[in-house]
Parts: sequence; structure tokens; C-alpha cells
Amino acid sequence: MAIETLPQPSIPVTTPFRPRLGFLTATPIIATATVCLALIIAMAIAAPLLAPHDPQLLAPAQRLKPSSAQFLLGTDAYGRDVLSRIIYGGRISLLIGLGAAVFSIGIGLVIGLVSGFFKWVDAVMMRVMDGLMAIPSILLAIAVVSLSGASLMTVLVAITIPEIPRVARLVRSVVLSAREEPYVEAAISVGTSLPKIMWRHLMPNTVAPLIVQGTYVCASAILTEAILSFLGAGISPETPTWGNIMAEGRAYFQVKPSLIFWPGLLLSIAILSVNLIGDAARDALDPRMKQREAGK
Amino acid sequence: MLGYLLRRILAAIPVMGVVALFVFLLLRLTPGDPAAILAGDNATPEQLERIRTSLGLNEPLYTQFFTWIGKLLQGDLGVSLISNVPVLKMISQRVEPSISIALSTIILAILVAVPLGVIAAWKHGTWVDRFVMGLSVVGFSVPVFVIGYVLIQIFAIELRWVPVQGFRSIMAGFGPFFERIILPTCTLSFIYVALIARMTRAAMLDVLGEDYVRTARAKGISETGVLLRHALRNAAVPVITVIGTGFALLISGVVVTESVFNLPGIGRLTVDAVLARDYPVIQAMILLTSLIYVTVNLLIDVAYTLLDPRIRY
Amino acid sequence: MKNIILDIDKLVVGLGKNPSGQRIIDGVSLQVHESETLCVVGESGSGKSVTSLTVMGLLQKGALVPSSGSVKLVREELLTATDKRLRQLRATRMAMIFQEPMTALNPVVPVGRQIDEVLRAHTDLDARARRQKILAMMEHVRLPDVERIFASYPHRLSGGQRQRIMIAMALVLEPKLLIADEPTTALDVTTQKQILTLIRDLQRDHGTAVLFITHDMGVVAEIADRVAVMRHGRLVETGTLDSILRTPTMEYTRNLLSSVPSLVPRAARAETNEPVVLEANELGKVYRERSFLGKAREVAAAKDVTLTLRKGRTLGIVGESGSGKSTVARCIVRLIDPTSGGVRLAGREISELSRRLLQPHRKKIQIIFQDPYRSLNPRVTVGETIAEGPINYGMPRAEALAKARDLLELVDLPADAVSRYPHQFSGGQRQRIAIARALALDPDVLVADEAVSALDVSVQAQVLELLDEIQQRLGIALLFITHDLRVAAQICDDVAVMQHGRIVEQGPAAQVLTNPQQDYTRALLEAAPGRGWDFANFRPVEVAAE
Repeated sequence: MAIETLPQPSIPVTTPFRPRLGFLTATPIIATATVCLALIIAMAIAAPLLAPHDPQLLAPAQRLKPSSAQFLLGTDAYGRDVLSRIIYGGRISLLIGLGAAVFSIGIGLVIGLVSGFFKWVDAVMMRVMDGLMAIPSILLAIAVVSLSGASLMTVLVAITIPEIPRVARLVRSVVLSAREEPYVEAAISVGTSLPKIMWRHLMPNTVAPLIVQGTYVCASAILTEAILSFLGAGISPETPTWGNIMAEGRAYFQVKPSLIFWPGLLLSIAILSVNLIGDAARDALDPRMKQREAGK
Repeated sequence: MLGYLLRRILAAIPVMGVVALFVFLLLRLTPGDPAAILAGDNATPEQLERIRTSLGLNEPLYTQFFTWIGKLLQGDLGVSLISNVPVLKMISQRVEPSISIALSTIILAILVAVPLGVIAAWKHGTWVDRFVMGLSVVGFSVPVFVIGYVLIQIFAIELRWVPVQGFRSIMAGFGPFFERIILPTCTLSFIYVALIARMTRAAMLDVLGEDYVRTARAKGISETGVLLRHALRNAAVPVITVIGTGFALLISGVVVTESVFNLPGIGRLTVDAVLARDYPVIQAMILLTSLIYVTVNLLIDVAYTLLDPRIRY
Repeated sequence: MKNIILDIDKLVVGLGKNPSGQRIIDGVSLQVHESETLCVVGESGSGKSVTSLTVMGLLQKGALVPSSGSVKLVREELLTATDKRLRQLRATRMAMIFQEPMTALNPVVPVGRQIDEVLRAHTDLDARARRQKILAMMEHVRLPDVERIFASYPHRLSGGQRQRIMIAMALVLEPKLLIADEPTTALDVTTQKQILTLIRDLQRDHGTAVLFITHDMGVVAEIADRVAVMRHGRLVETGTLDSILRTPTMEYTRNLLSSVPSLVPRAARAETNEPVVLEANELGKVYRERSFLGKAREVAAAKDVTLTLRKGRTLGIVGESGSGKSTVARCIVRLIDPTSGGVRLAGREISELSRRLLQPHRKKIQIIFQDPYRSLNPRVTVGETIAEGPINYGMPRAEALAKARDLLELVDLPADAVSRYPHQFSGGQRQRIAIARALALDPDVLVADEAVSALDVSVQAQVLELLDEIQQRLGIALLFITHDLRVAAQICDDVAVMQHGRIVEQGPAAQVLTNPQQDYTRALLEAAPGRGWDFANFRPVEVAAE
């Protein structure tokens, strides 16, 4: 059964834990996204240096001032400098995005690997995952936060929990299909132990999809945090986040729309950049996607 | 067919069981006294005691669970801690706006997204494809409330085409109902369109690489025939799947959209309950939305068997 | 001279639009006449499929582009024809059938409607006339129970039935040219024979010109009037069937023909009294399809399989797809657990050992898989892959890697291959690596599960030779699973023929393959394509030999 195939473009080998980063500048759009994200990260890290005012300083005399040389974006209802609050606000968003990605992948990877290999664990675990997926993530998150109080940690936990099932299912499906590969059967027949098969022959297959999934989790976590804050179930407004700046701006929307516009813009750019990088990563790293493209 | 349906329904039971258990344990396992958490910091001992009896918190954990489940199965979702009104009644008074925008969003999104996805896949790699994909990434990335406020700013405040906020029942006439529902629907549609268009494109691209599409082309039938009769029918299963799983996203979106447009729906009800820590309402909403999600996906499973003769039941 | 139907002249097809890019087809000229079958034969990468897709105008747009030459169908140029004109010509003047009948039909449309589409696109017939015509055509391709099949979905039909549907669809409007791209490769031999006969008969009745693409010399001998041999996108030579098979002028054609294993079993080796290394006793594997609210269905994939294999000998298990031969192989190496019977490996019963107790015995039996592209982990170097087994059994790493180098030399690969990754090797080389991996544990028994089936014939011949050589040197016992009787005839001492999970006939290869006792074995041999030719010796098989 010699199947004639078209000459395959040679597939670059990516050694297990060193994916190439060239995709970050693959097209002008992705390069722009990478630069935007880098700038936003830099802004968040350097917030104390960049912010012209203390973001928490109340100045009742300066309420809802329009843009001026002193307050570039004006002030909010408590007289706090909006620009400084926006600059500081990025810190929480990015921290939550990164934290949710790391935790959901760590936990999801373990659950997925174990379910992919042990049938009895699988049956139970997947029902639990199904149950968690059935709960709309925002409802789950606001319920958790409202009960345990809004701190950075509880918000992070509340956002991470609904992301875990997606990661676990992804890992499980990769493991299940990789298990069927003859090279895994070959490893079994040369007497390789189960943990070693998992580590050496199955885990590497999950790296690329997980990097891709990680970026999507990151984007979705930033979004969810903003929504939580917006609904009033997020981190308390003393610590500025893009979400709670907008939430406070709701009441003054018709008077001062910039309270929603500027943080909304930065938030959108941040999420958009992360999503675009995720798409680029998928095109570059996920071989299943590549096969699909080559199969046509 | 009947056996298949029964099997699917039975398979949904453990899922709902997990949801119920989660909701139950969420309150009980949160560190601290549940009653104190719900009552807030300035509660009197009488208030705490009232909450404890109302939720049966003085019983052992398993008794609490089974009493609660027993009541649930009889349709008793409990009583609001704030207003003392039965939760079921509160919900039924507020469903109309939510169902209205959810349904109109699904219809609008499918009508817009499926053609977009098909065209993007057909024109794969061209500017049309890139435009649709770009639009869909933007749809994913811009928060629902930001879209909502932008639309309000343009269409309600600048152009004055529609009222800014609020809701009128369809009983009061279609015109006022429609003009208040159109902006929320458009707002909510963005993310759903993005999701469905993306999946339609990916599924179509997969299918267009299949041998039977080459066979169809070899028959000399028109390109529209190839796309619609052969490709789209086969791409339907993943597209419908994502419409189902996207339902969770839609429900979350409804909650936010109602807050933006001040619609008196169950989303607002939930947010208000969360802010007031009215736990019976919160848990009822989680159970209800999960039940809707599970039911929708059950129906979609049934739809598979109609779409693909290979799926046996 | 009959009319020329298809005239390909100096065709060049390049990769991408760049005219100086790689040429997939490089200056190929072919003619196909009325009522004639031209077989285009070649190994993978020869460009034979691309040629056929170019004619149909079905090349992937932008990826493969014809850059010069001409393709004329009944004097009409196709390369410059508009998309609309090409659509008109398809199915009416030229039609095509493909390799995989499993995937070539739309799974969600009944097959009758799929044929109907051809008529709706190209004729003005009303619904009733179309149905009449389709049912008649379905009878013409010898489908049974046409009314039922008309309304059936593809997954309800067998592979042979689906290919008949494809043929009916292709020929319903009586095109002048039929292109058949490996149409029988995915089918079992008995079905293959029926389909080949069908194509022959239809061609005779309608005077169709047939362009038949294949890699199998046996099929060529069955169906060709003329033969064109292709290699690396170029035409090697063309000629009548007889002249190509008897007096090929080019070196490549001679090699290709010499690589085809003969159906006549090789000279038998002397019987030995070496110890028995592997025994299977009434081995059985039953799959239970558990279904909720329904009766459990049982499918016996293998039943009462008894085999004996001595040191240094080769036992072949032959059979068509679904015969259970691979199930037996996988039970024997314990990749799956047998449901009944026993397996004795070097005198020790292993079929009921737990995973842990099995561990010391695993190394005595090793397996080589069919697909060399999937049996090596793409992320692990060749050296690490081969050394994995010995390291598992406690050999120090350095020593295991040294052993890997030795083994690579044993399988005729350079020792420096240890540090390279699998994608840097061809299919045949990868199969050698897989053999080296299996040998690294010094097994008593080597199981080869269709190990040469995915390889081109010339590579196949080399790998078979290698296996033979290794057996001579190491005295290893070989259990060889194959669907190809030719391969079995050339490598096996004994042969077991399987059908529906049971062994129907077993004995020395010379006896089973020349003087079969069972009807099924006889039918298999009858169906083997090109059985009248002794390709390697460029002559027909002498009838006197019987």
C-alpha cells in the first residue's frame, strides 16, 4: 500500500521544551500585537515611575475634572487621577491573566494526564469536569467571590476554577490520541514503565497545545476579572483595576464617558494582543493544525 | 431512538448532580460561619439564627444535603433571605427580558456567523478570510460591556435612534419591545458571532480537504453546490457543537448585558443577589442556568443523529 | 491507429507559482487512445497522481501549478480552459475514480443522490428518468439489490460496493476518458480482482479510454494494454505491456520488476529440530461491545488460533483485512490481552501474567509495526529510541548507546544516525531503525506486523533481504503478518491462512501456496494480481510447473 503523497514540506523539529519564538513576529499584525503587549507589561511593571499621581489619593475638591495639564485624563468621582489609576490598573489584570494561565494549566495537566491513562479515574473526573463546565463561568466566579470576600487571591481562584476543565479535557484528548500511536505501543513492548511513557512519549505532545491554550486562558481571565469588577464583585476599588475603574465610571457615563473609554480601550488592546499571539502560536506550534492546513 | 434519548438523559443526571454538589458545598466549605458570611458584619444574633434555620445549617451536613435535594426535586428552590419571596417566583417574574435577548442573539448570531465562516473558508488565505478572522478576534477580545457602552454612545446618545436603557414587555406592543431589545442583542451577538464564525471556518476548511469534496468537484457540479450540499452539511456537527458549548458564554453575557442596559432580567437578579449575598437566589440561578446548558447540549446531541447518519443510537 | 483521446505533451507542473521552483512533473508526454488502458506505474513521489489530477483540473489552487506543455482531451486544450468549461467536461467527457472508496463518498448523503447530482448538473432529464438511468447503471456495475443501495448511506456499504458506486458515478454519462487513481489499492485481493474485471468489461463495452494509475506490477499485468513507467516526475519509458514486462530497456524498469516478489515460494529450507520458542494454544480474543439498555454484542476477532514457531524459522500469517491476523500478533506480544487460550514464550506461559510479572519476559519478544512514520517518536533521537529498551532492563546509558550504534550498522545505516531525528530518514530507513530497536533487546522472537506493506517495492525487497540476513546471523524466529501472498512466498517457511478470526489452512509455504487444500486459500491465490507473470525473470510463469 504505497500511498503516493505530494512532497511534504519538511516539518521543523521542536525539541520538547524549547518551542521556537519566531512566530511572535510572523506577520506585521502579530508583531504589532507583540509590541503592544510588551508595552502594556512594561507600563504595569514601571507603574510607580510612570504614574504622575498617587492612584489612591482622594481629593474631594477635584471631583470629575476634565483633562488638564495636571490631570491628563481628568479625575474620577473621588478626585483621583484617572491616568495614574489606569496605569496601575494594568498590574492586577496582567497578574490575574498570568496566574490563571499558570494555575489552570498546572492543575488541568495533572487531571488530564491521569484521566487519559486510568479509566476509572477518567469516568469520575470527566463527570466532575462536565459539571463544572455546565456552570457559566461568570456565575461561578461571582458566587465564589461573594462568599469568600474579594481579595486578589479569591478572584484568582474564582477565575481559575472554570478554566480547569477546558485544559484537562484538552490534555486528555491529546493523551488519548497519542496513546494510540504505534511509537507508544513500541515503547510498551520494549518494557518502558508507565511514568516514563507519560513523561517521555505523551507529555511532549501536550506542550504546544498547552502554550496555545495558556494564551487563551490568559486572555479570558483578564476579561473575566474586568467583568467581575464591573459587576461589583471584584477587587475593592482602593486597588485600581481596569474593571473597577469602569465600574465606578458607570454612574457618570453620560457626564464623563472617558472613565469607561480609556480603560476599556487598554483592556481590549491587551486581550486582543494576547489572543492574536495565541492564534499565531497555534499556527506555529500545533502540529495538528498544521496537518490540517497541509492536508488540503 | 427512544433508547438513545433515555441514555442521554440518564448521562445528564450525574452532571447535574455535580453541579448541585458544587453549589451545596460552596457555601458550607467556605472558611468561616456560613450564616455570618451571608448576614454580613453587622448582623444581630437573631438574624444569624433566622438564616441558620432557613438554610437548615444546624443539621449535620449529609442531612442538610438530602433535605435540600429532596426539596429541589419537588421544585422548591427556597426563599430569598432578603425579601422572603420564594425564589422560583422571583425568577419567573424576571425571565422575559433575559429570554428575549438570548433568543434574538442566537438567531442573529447564526444568521450572521455561518455565512461569514463559509465565505472565509472558501476564500481561504485572501483578504476576505483575514478580515473575517480579524473581526472574530476583536469580537472575542473586546469586553461585552465596552461594546455595549460604545453602541449606546453611538446609537442612543449621538444618533438618538433608540432609548438608552430599559425594557418593555412584548405584550405592550412589538415596536417599544423591539427598540429596547435591539442594542442589547447586537452587543451580546458580537462574541457569539466571533465564536461561531471561527468554528464554521475551521470546520469548513477541514471538510474542504476531504476526498468526497474532491469527488464532488470531479463530478463537475457548481462551486456553490460543492460548498453547501457537500461541505456545509458535513461541517454542521462541529458548528452545532460550538453553538451548544457557547451557551455558557451566552448566559454569562446576558448577566453583563442586562447590567449595562438596565434590563430587569434574571441576570440583574443574580447580580443583585450576589451583592446582597442572598444565597438561595444565587444557588437557584446557578442550578437553573446549568440545567439550561445541559438541556441545550442534550438537544444538540439528539440533533447529531439527524445530521450524521453514521452516529448510531 | 485509433483516435487519441488524451494527449499530454511535455507537461511541467511546478511547486507554487514560481517558474524556477521545484518541478513535480517534468516534461511528461503520454497518449491514451480509444478503448485502451494505459497504466502509469511508479513508486511514491513519481508524480503519477499529480499527472491525473492535472488532467481533471483538480490540483490544489496555487500550490501546484502547470507551467508549460499541453493537455488535450479529444483535441481540446485543458490547461487553458476556463473553470466553467472544465466543470462541463467533468463527468461528461472525463471522469475519475479515487483510491479510498471509504472517504471518496459524502458520508451524509445517500449514494443514489450522489449519482443523481451528476445527472442534475449535466442533463435535463426529469426525476423519474434520472432514477431509471441510475438504477440501470447500478445494475450495470453489478451491484445487488439496487433499490435498497440507492437509498443507503455510504457507511452501510462494503468497500467493494462503494468503489462500484464510484464507478457508476464516473461512467453514468459515458465519458470518453476514465482516470482511475489506484482504485483497488485499498481493497482486499478478492474484491480487487472483481473491480479490475468490471473496469475491463465496461471499457470493452463502451470503448472508454482508461488512464490507470498504480504502484502494483501485478495489477499492471492484469489490466494494461500499454504501460508508462514514471520516476521523480519524469517518464522513464513507455511501451506495450508485453514489451515492458519482457524486454524493459531502462535500468530503472528492470530493477522495479526484479523487486516484485514471486508468487512461487522460495526453495524450502531444511526442517530443523531447534527448540520451539513460541507457541499459541487455542488463542482467542472476543471484543464485547457493551451497550447500556441493550444486549452486549460479542465479536470474536480471533478464535482457536494454534501456532508453533521454532528457533531460526519464519512463520507467516496471511489473510485479508478483518481476518484477525493483527489481533493474533498483538495478543502474542501482549499489547492486548487474549480472552482465551495461552501463549508460551520459550516454554513459559505468559498470557495470564500481570503487567509487572510480564516485564522480564517482554524483552524476549519484540514487534515491528506497519507504519514507519508513526512508529518512531518524532521528538526522540534515533539513538535514544534504540537504547530505550536496554536502558529499561538496566543497561548503563553509555553502553546502550554504543549498542545502538552497532545495531544501526547491522541494519545498514551509518552509526552517526544516533544523534539524528526520525524525520531526517526515508520510510525504508525508518523501518530499519524500527528493526534495530526491536533487536536491541536480543529477542528470541520478532513479530513483523505488515512491516513491509507501507514500503515501495524496491525498498520492500531490501527490507525483506535484511530480515532474512538478520535471521541467518542471529537465529531469531520470525512471525510475519502480511496480506501479501507474494511477500509471504518469499520469506516464510510455514504459512497459516486466516479468515474470520480462524486459521483455515496451515503448513509449509511450498505446500500451502502451490497446492492449497482449502477453497478459501485457492480463491486468495486465484485473485492475486499478475499471478501469470514471473516479473523478476521477465517471463510468464511456466504452466508446466504445476
